[in-house]
Amino acid sequence: MKIKINGKEEDAAVFTSLADLMASKHLEQKAVVVEHNYNIIPKEKWHETAIAEGDNIEIVSFVGGG
Amino acid sequence: MEDCLNIADKSLSNRLFIGTGKFPDKRIVKDVIRASGCEVVTVALRRVDEDSEEENILDYIPENCTVMINTSGARNADEAIRIARLGKAMGCGNWIKIEVISDNKYLLPDNMETLKATEVLAKEGFFVFAYMNPDLVIARQLAKAGAAAVMPLGSPIGSNRGLKTEELVRIIVNEIAIPVIVDAGLGRPSDAAACMEMGCDAVLVNTAIATASNPVKEAEAFNLAVKAGRLHHLLGSIKTMPHAKASSPLTGFLRDIK
Repeated sequence: MKIKINGKEEDAAVFTSLADLMASKHLEQKAVVVEHNYNIIPKEKWHETAIAEGDNIEIVSFVGGG
Repeated sequence: MEDCLNIADKSLSNRLFIGTGKFPDKRIVKDVIRASGCEVVTVALRRVDEDSEEENILDYIPENCTVMINTSGARNADEAIRIARLGKAMGCGNWIKIEVISDNKYLLPDNMETLKATEVLAKEGFFVFAYMNPDLVIARQLAKAGAAAVMPLGSPIGSNRGLKTEELVRIIVNEIAIPVIVDAGLGRPSDAAACMEMGCDAVLVNTAIATASNPVKEAEAFNLAVKAGRLHHLLGSIKTMPHAKASSPLTGFLRDIK
């Protein structure tokens, strides 16, 4: 299955949910925000968000900035 | 009575805002914030890099500081709006500095796209701080669109060249009712003081402090300069003269009296 994560196409394994994907990247405990096909998904909804072929996912966090 | 800056949903007693970019070591940020006395700090959003163990900048920002998220990286209004919403979802409030930049050499803001993003985000309840080229017409439109403040640049971001836009910023300060915060390019404490003397409501400094030989001491210097400039502004301007006016008695002595 091909999905796009942070602008990069990945040949991903089949994920049961967004929570599954985040766990596989060891990001489930990090202070991040996830956008799934341009919709922001709050953490409590990660497990009920299905991942499908062609999905566009952005994962962002805070960094220093002016 | 204490001189407070009433801005967005806050009343601030310190008029220096600090940016948290470019610090060689994040651990110093806490001490810089303390030395600067600042109550507002800016942060940015970036895509997570799975391979790097980057620390969360928020760990170094005291809880009593207001976090303002910038939309750096946005090239148009739509991207700025998207970044603003992502930032809000991070749970740090709704102060957003709109920064829309399509020019990579001078990093000058796109005023038209900034105005478009401001119109949308102000309606959504964000407190919008608009980083802008100092233009009175746009500043008026930003105020009308519901911006909490305008942030005209002093000179290009990170250039440390000071308040090169002085005359244009002065016009905005004189004509606009919402707070004016000079952002970008201030290189020395005297630049910050000049902004405050002129009547700006606050200044935002990042590079000059983050890249100083001693960022903590430089933060303190900027804090003092902002306070000095503000105090002078409140006292009113001084008279200038085309000729000298003696400060010491000039009655001749050690000379013969005729």
